[in-house]
Formats: sequence, structure tokens, C-alpha cells
Amino acid sequence: MIELNILGQDENAHTGGGCSSGSCGSTGDQMSHLPEEIRQKVFNHPCYSEEAHHHFARMHVAVAPACNIQCHYCNRKYDCANESRPGVVSELLTPDQAVKKVMAVAAEIPQMTVLGIAGPGDPLANPERTFETFRQLTEKAPDIKLCVSTNGLSLPAVVDELCKHNIDHVTITINCVDPEVGARIYPWVFWNNRRIKGKKGAKILIEQQQKGLEMLVERGVLVKVNSVMIPGVNDEHLKEVSRVVKDKGAFLHNVMPLIAEAEHGTFYGVMGQRGPTSDELMALQDECAGDMNMMRHCRQCRADAVGLLGEDRGEEFTMDKVEMMDIDYEAAMVKRKAVHEAIEAELEKQHKGPNEALVTLGGMQQRETRPVLMAVASSGGGVVNQHFGHAKEFLIYEASPTDVRFVSHRKVDLYCTGGDTCGDAETKLEKIIRTLEGCEVVLCSKIGFEPWGMLEDAGIQPNGEHAMEPIEEAVAAVYLEMADSGQLTGELPENNQQQLIA
Amino acid sequence: MSLSIIESCVNCWACEPLCPSKAILEARPHFMIDPRKCTECDGDYADTQCASICPIEGAILDGFGEAVNPPGSLTGISPQKMAEAMAEIQAR
Repeated sequence: MIELNILGQDENAHTGGGCSSGSCGSTGDQMSHLPEEIRQKVFNHPCYSEEAHHHFARMHVAVAPACNIQCHYCNRKYDCANESRPGVVSELLTPDQAVKKVMAVAAEIPQMTVLGIAGPGDPLANPERTFETFRQLTEKAPDIKLCVSTNGLSLPAVVDELCKHNIDHVTITINCVDPEVGARIYPWVFWNNRRIKGKKGAKILIEQQQKGLEMLVERGVLVKVNSVMIPGVNDEHLKEVSRVVKDKGAFLHNVMPLIAEAEHGTFYGVMGQRGPTSDELMALQDECAGDMNMMRHCRQCRADAVGLLGEDRGEEFTMDKVEMMDIDYEAAMVKRKAVHEAIEAELEKQHKGPNEALVTLGGMQQRETRPVLMAVASSGGGVVNQHFGHAKEFLIYEASPTDVRFVSHRKVDLYCTGGDTCGDAETKLEKIIRTLEGCEVVLCSKIGFEPWGMLEDAGIQPNGEHAMEPIEEAVAAVYLEMADSGQLTGELPENNQQQLIA
Repeated sequence: MSLSIIESCVNCWACEPLCPSKAILEARPHFMIDPRKCTECDGDYADTQCASICPIEGAILDGFGEAVNPPGSLTGISPQKMAEAMAEIQAR
């Protein structure tokens, strides 16, 4: 008998006994290393908890258009409804409009627990708009968690103001701690009434980021650090960044891939700077994660995203629609409380007793079988429930004799929603298959005849037999089948070798 | 003399709070500078504030109608490189 541990479902880490770090690789969820007070703050935050993100929703409001620095991966001219990219929005809101929108969404989507301000510029370069929004929400909607994301340049100056509001999480984007590296990422910063270019500007930015991080930690505010992985620029350096920010008390470090295409008109896009491959990203994330392996489900949301991670219901809440809604927030809060309690009870139930969190592989002798990566099409809820052709992203799981582990998600089509301008269907399918490189199985609710054949030809086995089943159980079941049929004892299929050796 | 904002402005608000003369107006289709109020920051700052934070090359002109931030000066993308990239995209 072997048992498959499902990481992220076994919250009873204390029963693990003696194993305090993730390095033991046997039990413990992504959050078990956290002090209880931090765990309490993040357990229902969809961005921080792999598990919570299936159940709780978040939204961003675009109230902060101005920015005080330039990043080479950003183009302030860009605003396209087809884009799905951080820093890109279609509708700028005033603080009053934003508050109205947040309360409308909170009433309509009671699972919404978190409101973030992330742009489209830098929230702290727009202090009046950002803080007015926070001030009103702290007062009118005390059941919503607030968070803010910043480049850090203005952070030390506003830390005390930030602490006045209902904010317990701040995200700082830190791409470097070395001005030499910084000069290749940030062409200028605006500081003390001057535009300062090159290394000198990068040095100021780095100093302010580090100071801001220290000040927040001193005041007991949770700090997450985001980094954009730019191959050849800061990829190696991010290991150093990771050490530094963790030493200073950041509670997690989220490494995200560079998004750069010439048509975005960004410096990196135009200059042909490539983004990392899925393998490169995973390797660096593994290196930087340490005990903080909690952000693999990060979706790099737009600055006006609404809904569960990976979905965007913003269209339902445009300002003209929000203005028409009559929101009774007192009544909504009662409903929200009930919904949150129900979700928490459900999560609690899933965690009760380690046995329920384990998938038991009956009838299988313990043997040496190699790990397998599987891609899953899911529209949420933690189950295999999406048609292959509808998947905009795939969740990647690694199954091994010891556990089933969520490792990352991969977006199929980062920018384009398809259509006439995006090439023919065949190219799109080929692109999906490239995205799934390294995976041996793809689990989905249904799949068409043509993609089935192409996937098989590419060495990826489509599987629609586990529709509506919980993902981890489905992955475990397929792994067991593969093991039973002797597929996991021999050599790796050729197209997958590199993946697992790396 | 006065600076002016032209149509490539993206209405990002960065300049508006910085102006020591309150000469910048939120207007549509793009922000405007009131030429009667603008002092080009003379006596207040060494550098013109709006043009020092503006992220868009060419969006702010000086009193002679010249771009304060000419192409390539802020993004580091030379006009030639940008033209090449655009030609490559069009040819797809």
C-alpha cells in the first residue's frame, strides 16, 4: 500500500511530528510553516493560498493611473480590452466610483474577500486616490481585506498612512538588489522632483524598496515580494534577492515570468528580450520558494480583475452597470458572513483527520516509479471540469509515489483570445501542445477528436475519464493506472526526458 | 513661455499634482496646460515638473514646440529600432 499525500490539503501539519521544513517532502501543506497569526491572515486570501483560491475571490480597482518609475516591461500607452496583463486596464475609476464598485461586487459575489489596488500605475504614486479608497472601504465595508501592490519608491514616505487602514498585506515588486542589474530594468525614476536615469535611479529605487520592506515588517504588516524573471538580466540574481528579502522578513517571494512581445511596445518586447520557458521558471521558483512555496497559482491578474483567480468577471461590473445597482450592504454583509462560514466549514471538513486528506492507492506495492507531470483543465472548484478546447490555462500537477503536488499553472494564450487575426486553429493547437511540454497526460472534462490525435502524436495522453472528480484524486488515479500498466518503470518518453532531469 | 500637452497624452494624472502653478487641467481628450498660468517651473524647480514625470515621449512640448522628451529618451528604444519592430509586426 502506498498513500499519496496531497500537499495543500493536509492542514494538520502539527501531526506531522518533527518535520518542520518543506525539505522533508512527506507531509505538510504550503502554509504549515507559517506562524499561526500569519496563517490566520492568509488562509482565506485567494492569492496566498492555493486552496483558498478555488473558493474565495478577489478584485482589483483601477484608481491609481500615475507612476513614478519606468520599467522596461511596461508601456504606459497600452490599454487594450483584449490584453490580460498587469498594469493594463480599460476603465479608470475615481475613489467614489471604486468604493461603489467594490460594494456592488461584494454583494453580488459574496466569496469576494479581498480588494487590492495595484494600478494601473503605482498606487503609492497616487496617494490621495489610493488612500481615499482605502479610508472609505475600511469604514463602509469592514469585512473586506485590503491590500496594495507597489514598486516601493514612495513606500517609506507613506508607511504610517498605510497602517491606518484595514491593510494587512503589501506586495512590493523587487526585481533586483544591485543597481547594475537595476539599470537594465528601470530606465528612470522620478525622485525629489527630478527624473533620475540609469544606475543612479535604480540605486534610489532599491534603497527605498528595502527601507519600505523593513518598515512594514517592523510594524507587523505582511509583505510579499514579487519579482519578474527576465532571462539574462536578473534570473541568477533573483536567488540573491530571495535571500535578502526573506532575511528582512518578507513572508513570501513570488517569481513571475516576464511577459514581452514586440506588439506591446515595451522596451523588452521591441528589443526581443525573451521570457523564461516553463521549465526555467519552475526551476527558479523551486530555488526561491524555500519554505514559501505558496504562489504557484499566481495568475498575474490585470489591475481591474474581478472574481476567482483565472477568471475575470469585470464585464459584469462596469461603472454604468454598477450605477444601476441598488446595494444594501448591511444585508449583503449578513449573506457574506454566512457564505464565508460555509466555505470555511467545508475547508475544515476537508482537513479533518489526515486520512481524509490522503488518497489511498490500494493494491499497489511500494515500488520505484518515476514522477509524472500532468496538465489539468479546470474552471475552478478544485475539480476536473473544463473542455480541453475552452481551457485558457492548465494546472500542472506532479504525481510521484509519495504525493500529488500542484507545481504551476501554464497559460495557453497569454494575450489573444483567438479570432481572425490570430492565425488558424492548427497553429493555436500547436501552441497549446508546446505549452504542455513535459506533461505526459492532460485531464479534462471533454476533448475533440482532432486535438486528441495531435496530443497523442506529441506523446501527451488525453484523458476525459475523470470529469467532475477532485483534481488530486483524478491525478492520483491516473498515476496509479500508469504505474499498474508498467509505464513508469522503464525509460522516459523521449520528449519528456529533459523536463525531469532538469 | 509655456509648455503644452499634445494628443499623445494618456491622461495618467502623474503631472497634475506636481505643477507648482496649478496650470494643468484635467480635460478631454487629453490633459491641457493653461498657458496663462504655466511658468515652466521657473523659480520653483530646476526641471519642469510635468515633463520630468511624463512617461510618454513627445507628449509635452516646450515653448518652441519641441518635444521636451524626444523619441527614445525615456524608453531607451531608439526611433529606428521602434520603426524596425513596427515594420516586422506589420509584415506578419
